[in-house]
Amino acid sequence: MKLRTKLLSAVAVVSATSVGAADLEVTHWWTSGGEAAAVSEFAKAFTEKTDHNWVDGAIAGSGGTARPIIISRILGGDPMAATQLNHGRQSEELIEAGLMTDLTEIAEAGGWKDLVNPPALLDACTFEGRIYCVPVNIHSAQWLWLSHDAFAKAGVEVPTDWHEFVAAAPALEKAGLVPLAMGQQGWQQNIAFNTLTIAIAGIDDWREVTVNKNADVAAGESFKAVFDAAANARELARESNVQDWNLATNLVITGQAGGQIMGDWAQGEFQFAGQVADQDYTCLPGLGINEILDTGGDAFYFPVVDDPDTQAAQLELANLLISPEVQVSFNLAKGSLPVRGDIDMSAANSCMQKGLKILADGGVLPSNDMNLTADTTTQLEDLMAEFWASDLSATDAQARYTDIIADAD
Amino acid sequence: MDSSKRPNRLFRNLSAKIASIPMILTAVVVFLGGTAWTVIYSFTGSRLLPKLKFVGFDQYERLWSSRRWMISIENLAVYGICSLILTLLLGFTLAALLDRKIRFENTFRTIFLYPFALSFVVTGLAWQWILNPDFGIQGVVRGWGWESFSFDPLNNPDIVIYGILIAGLWQGTGLVMVIMLAGLRGIDEDIWKATRVDGIGLFKTYTRVVVPMMRPVFVTALVIIASGIIKLYDLVVAQTNGGPGIASEVPAKYVINYMFRAQNLGQGFAASTMMLVSVIIILVPWAYLEFGGKKHG
Repeated sequence: MKLRTKLLSAVAVVSATSVGAADLEVTHWWTSGGEAAAVSEFAKAFTEKTDHNWVDGAIAGSGGTARPIIISRILGGDPMAATQLNHGRQSEELIEAGLMTDLTEIAEAGGWKDLVNPPALLDACTFEGRIYCVPVNIHSAQWLWLSHDAFAKAGVEVPTDWHEFVAAAPALEKAGLVPLAMGQQGWQQNIAFNTLTIAIAGIDDWREVTVNKNADVAAGESFKAVFDAAANARELARESNVQDWNLATNLVITGQAGGQIMGDWAQGEFQFAGQVADQDYTCLPGLGINEILDTGGDAFYFPVVDDPDTQAAQLELANLLISPEVQVSFNLAKGSLPVRGDIDMSAANSCMQKGLKILADGGVLPSNDMNLTADTTTQLEDLMAEFWASDLSATDAQARYTDIIADAD
Repeated sequence: MDSSKRPNRLFRNLSAKIASIPMILTAVVVFLGGTAWTVIYSFTGSRLLPKLKFVGFDQYERLWSSRRWMISIENLAVYGICSLILTLLLGFTLAALLDRKIRFENTFRTIFLYPFALSFVVTGLAWQWILNPDFGIQGVVRGWGWESFSFDPLNNPDIVIYGILIAGLWQGTGLVMVIMLAGLRGIDEDIWKATRVDGIGLFKTYTRVVVPMMRPVFVTALVIIASGIIKLYDLVVAQTNGGPGIASEVPAKYVINYMFRAQNLGQGFAASTMMLVSVIIILVPWAYLEFGGKKHG
């Protein structure tokens, strides 16, 4: 009898504590120094402000490695409570199959429609009128990062746009430095190519090809100039034999390379290394030519789970991620731009201020994740991986690029 | 014949038959069923989720016009042929040397077999470092004073597959050696005595007498090596991840990438179906010769 009471009371205690407090497993691929510092801001806020626990499910490797793991867990019936994904067409079919939690109610209650800026971010989370994800930051890929140290060694001025950078490259080479740092992975090379496209072919042609999939423009003169520029950039990056993007950024941070074309997440690495914008490094959005940014970024999705406690905790987390304080602390650590225009970002450094200004001026483009399916992106990345690592001619590469665009849906 | 005897045959060894039902079911449902499912869906336009929306041979047309797939096939052919010949040759030679009743045979056998205990991922990473131009072989030889020495296969698209082959051989030869050694130990001592009496040379004894007698052992080794070749994936991922560019891609990696990274199941299934077809094309004539021939001979 006594034992039974003990057992019963034990069960009562256990179930009492479990009500309300849930362990949320959150998967993401933020593992580099700056990124890890940023995600810990989320974890800290979540653990402090709610009764729930943040169980960190970091997956090493970039999105290309992590995404398949995340998606196969959701499809395989072992969903995590929340996960990072790039919003856009990657999750289209998961939503269609009813595997993601509908966040429309809390989004309407929180007035997300009015405060998310630019509105395209929320559109990318929306499927058939319902909202399925929380955008947490804006990441743009169109940045050129320059090392002051490297240009001082080469004895030339720090360039103000891509053309000056190309002109300064021989001096860098003479000083024994790598002009352009480039991680030898398809997605990074694809970013560099895409950035060159916006700078050299111009926004109209870029839009025509990426958004409208117009193969005639892809085969035309303006894109020929882009491929020639890319072939030239390939020579500048010849001696750069690192793989991961943060290792390439590190070449710039340590002054072994002149510059790197990389998204604004590189900013977090400079910050983590204790460097100061405009003093140790310079950033040029849109390669200094076309100052325009795409509005890709990260978003959190909440796979459908059965447990009601977890469901409640999911919604609390969703609200927290977009709350003003968390937006500020997270984005300052990550070097990305916040998704809401109504918060004070005066603590941001000059690179982020440049980005905020472009954003406020409306110089935004939809990101590739929103325009192209994962299938098309993979084909483009394969082509870029081959192009940057071999002697494939600009003409041949353009012909194959045109084929991929013609087949894209 | 006598119809009353038939049920007896069916129920003979009943417990053994019942015991093997789970395995039969696994084989039929998981292997055959899964294979059929994959082949059927390779004719659909499935993306992230399988959908029965048939598109004919579109996936196959795209597959065979994809440069990455052609490079993958080429790499697998080079790796497969070289690995098959060299593993058998090296494995047999090592086994024959160990079989000459040398000292410390156990030690050598352990050393040669040891790499097999490592996973492909560990093997790949270890060889990535060994072949690294700055820290590996090239760096060491240059450190000795031979400044112009160059050995950098992993960063040269033309020979990168041979860099992977070296790691594959290092890992797989030990097992083949042990199998060969077991085969050699199975050769009767009297045969050796007889060849010595007849005055047949050592080399000739091996090629004309011992190797033909070891035919079943060779078949076993061949099957193990061949399955390893088709599965080639983790070694590439760990060592080069398909690079530089797409110069060291292999078919299995294409399948995985297109199924999960590109979210294009149809394309991945088409590629895996082609892998199955190529295995069948190689296996069927061989199986016919190996098993069909016996009835006549």
